[in-house]
Amino acid sequence: MSAGPALLTIDHLTMQFGGLVAVDDVSLAAKDSEITAIIGPNGAGKTTMFNCLTGFYKPSVGRMLLDHPNRPFYLERMEGFRIASHAGVARTFQNIRLFPKMSVLENLIVAQHNKLMRASGFTVYGLFGLRGYRSAEGEAVELAKYWLDRIDLTAKADWDAESLPYGDQRRLEIARAMCTEPVLLCLDEPAAGLNPRESAGLNELLLFIRDEHKIGVLLIEHDMKVVMAIADHIVVLDYGRKISDGTADEVRRDPAVIRAYLGEEEEDST
Amino acid sequence: MAYFVQQVINGMTLGMIYGLIAIGYTMVYGIIGMINFAHGEIFMIGAFAAIITFLVLGIVGITWVPLALLLMLMVTMILTPFYGWTLERVAYRPLRGSPRLAALITAIGMSIFLQNYVQLLQSARNKPLQPLVRGGVEVMREGNFVVSLSYMQMIIIVVTLVLMVVFSLIIARTRLGRAQRACEQDRDMAALIGVDVDRTISLTFVMGAALAGVAGIMFLLYYGVIDFFIGFLAGIKAFTAAVLGGIGSLPGAMLGGILIGMIEALWSGYFSVEYKDVAAFSILILVLIFRPTGLLGKPDIEKV
Repeated sequence: MSAGPALLTIDHLTMQFGGLVAVDDVSLAAKDSEITAIIGPNGAGKTTMFNCLTGFYKPSVGRMLLDHPNRPFYLERMEGFRIASHAGVARTFQNIRLFPKMSVLENLIVAQHNKLMRASGFTVYGLFGLRGYRSAEGEAVELAKYWLDRIDLTAKADWDAESLPYGDQRRLEIARAMCTEPVLLCLDEPAAGLNPRESAGLNELLLFIRDEHKIGVLLIEHDMKVVMAIADHIVVLDYGRKISDGTADEVRRDPAVIRAYLGEEEEDST
Repeated sequence: MAYFVQQVINGMTLGMIYGLIAIGYTMVYGIIGMINFAHGEIFMIGAFAAIITFLVLGIVGITWVPLALLLMLMVTMILTPFYGWTLERVAYRPLRGSPRLAALITAIGMSIFLQNYVQLLQSARNKPLQPLVRGGVEVMREGNFVVSLSYMQMIIIVVTLVLMVVFSLIIARTRLGRAQRACEQDRDMAALIGVDVDRTISLTFVMGAALAGVAGIMFLLYYGVIDFFIGFLAGIKAFTAAVLGGIGSLPGAMLGGILIGMIEALWSGYFSVEYKDVAAFSILILVLIFRPTGLLGKPDIEKV
């Protein structure tokens, strides 16, 4: 773990649905230029936590402080779209959610909507084809091309997103999230359903994002090979509680983690 | 033959007006999945705004027709979007996320409210307007039956086609259009990439209302008489057009409008004027039974 202040600090986050406590008093910190993996058995509350972070749910208790370069944001107080547009938190989903009827390129350009709207005087100039609009559009296309190149989809730029093979859709979703120019990228099981080769490509992409773009990455993942290979820092949840927190080696040896994954040890010898 | 051509011209003109209104239904349905039944009332308010503007211009002394038409168009296209925006803001936005039925009933309520509002302010009497655009060209002649295309009809057809092209370009090319399509396909996801969904929806209402306003002016100029109730029938016809073309599809709305206009004109021409509405609505029923997704609509595949 690198030193330095945390990019995201979650304090005592609790999310209750009626009697069910999906996330129970979880605190954690994630840093810039680091991949923080959140692992845990099914139903541990990982996705719920993401939903709180990105404004889908309002947490029952807790604070989520994002130390954005411009100014700090308390995410629990923000409206959903502002979390993306102002605080710079982007996410992907377990089940892919691209805009199916838009082209690959358009998916990447629409992600830059905010920047573009600001540059274009909220479409007004656009109707008159003013220069500011054109150049902003040009920049958006450049950024989109950069990511297309990164994820090897340049040749398929004009395809409808829905007609892409599964692995391509996964990568496109990550590229789209990156086109919003986030400071924190939340990935919900990006390796799910990928074959080993695609999975290796994904690792490379995530490491590239970490090292070249210096942003924080939060990663929910079941595939331990991926987690152990690329995570700088691992947080383990079980039944909504945090049971372990540390580097890959520390977590691997933690008896609480072993218990959660393999069940209680038989108490035959005592 | 000549009679048929004349009816086609009339039907085309009428269809253009329906099509313009239908676009508003279809865009709103596309983006929030509700039928804005108060949309016909926006059209009616557009017609009223135009006639009031014309009377005020008369008082001020501006009587040169092209200028008067232009000013009527401008005032209406500023006023009806304001109504559309307010409607969304006060009646629909608070209900976002509530069951569809609630939004539907609210829409019907707003429709009744707007009708009564205009009735109270402007009285229930018919409002006539003398024809502003006279004359036309002779298209063909058969015996002593002359097929004519009036200048008014030409204006309606040309203006509608121009607006159609402009709006298609907005949807296809601009950032606003892109945001609208994104919201249409996945509203939550659009918010997650930073699209202000509420504003995009507001702007959709604004665009639809502007088109309905233009349709209102055309209706006023074409028929020369309006009352507070015109929005109801025109609204339902335009809704039929939107369903016929495939609700959610912009070209579908236009195609549906033209078809409904044609059916009405031809039915009135060959069978009976009294039953023209029956003909139009029978089409709605048939489409709903045999092709619920409309002519250009794609079947809605359940998301897994």
